[in-house]
Amino acid sequence: MKSSVIVFPGSNCDRDIAVALEKMQFKNQMVWHKETTLPKSDLIVIPGGFSYGDYLRSGAIAGKSLIIEEVIKAANSGCFILGICNGFQILTETGLLKGTLLRNKNLKFINRDVNIKVINNSSKFTSKYKLGQVLKINIAHNEGNYFTDDKHLKELKRENLIAFKYCDEKGKISEDSNPNGAIENIAGILNAKKNILGMMPHPERMIDKLVSNTDGLNLFSSLLN
Amino acid sequence: MKFSVTVTLKKDVLDPQGKVVQNTLLNLGMDNLKSIRQGKFFEIEIDEKDEEVAKKRINEMCQKLLANLIIEDYKINKL
Repeated sequence: MKSSVIVFPGSNCDRDIAVALEKMQFKNQMVWHKETTLPKSDLIVIPGGFSYGDYLRSGAIAGKSLIIEEVIKAANSGCFILGICNGFQILTETGLLKGTLLRNKNLKFINRDVNIKVINNSSKFTSKYKLGQVLKINIAHNEGNYFTDDKHLKELKRENLIAFKYCDEKGKISEDSNPNGAIENIAGILNAKKNILGMMPHPERMIDKLVSNTDGLNLFSSLLN
Repeated sequence: MKFSVTVTLKKDVLDPQGKVVQNTLLNLGMDNLKSIRQGKFFEIEIDEKDEEVAKKRINEMCQKLLANLIIEDYKINKL
């Protein structure tokens, strides 16, 4: 499977995701944001970081960059797109995913491992997880407070487009287990066609027992399936 | 021609930064303060003589980039 990682000025998780993809035997290429063509890819990843220093709004400037036009075209023709952290913010700014990421409710940058629950395990990104499985994944963000309108929230629930929700270690979803104030504890969502996943937690940081755990591996192996 | 654009969070969107600024001012003794919403301000110069055309262009800028219409409102004023 071929993957491409888009690199913007200020991306800082691009190497991590490349290591994760290569570990899972993806044939990966890094693509600088000024490129106007994308290599043939089955998966495009928009990595975490602080593209353009979060100027204007997180992801706003990257969301209008040249390469994004190509990413939108690829997404519309069915290519899998994964946006992690700043990548999720960029995907909402392009309109590929609905809603937006607001400043964390407590106004603090949060960097810690949190529990998330698998809400949808029928997508191409999550099929290797068990439904309701609790994962421990790192988050590191200042704007992770997912917000969307009522109409879209209903659609997310009706169409089973919520991939992950923040929970406690037993899987209980409550305000206490919500790190950033995200609506209904949402940590990751899919688009209507389920070929795009945006998530705030960092699965690429959870691929090696030596430094963390391996809860992120199944996301990549699901894609290989 | 010069315009100003102010971008603010919509009424029903929580504004934690505005809230903190409000609380700090209350602590400083501004006890008749009712509410504060924080926003962004842009000063835009445009090379255009027709005011209507210029306003239309500024509107386009707001819609395409300056505001995120899901959570923000904007106001355009001629300077």
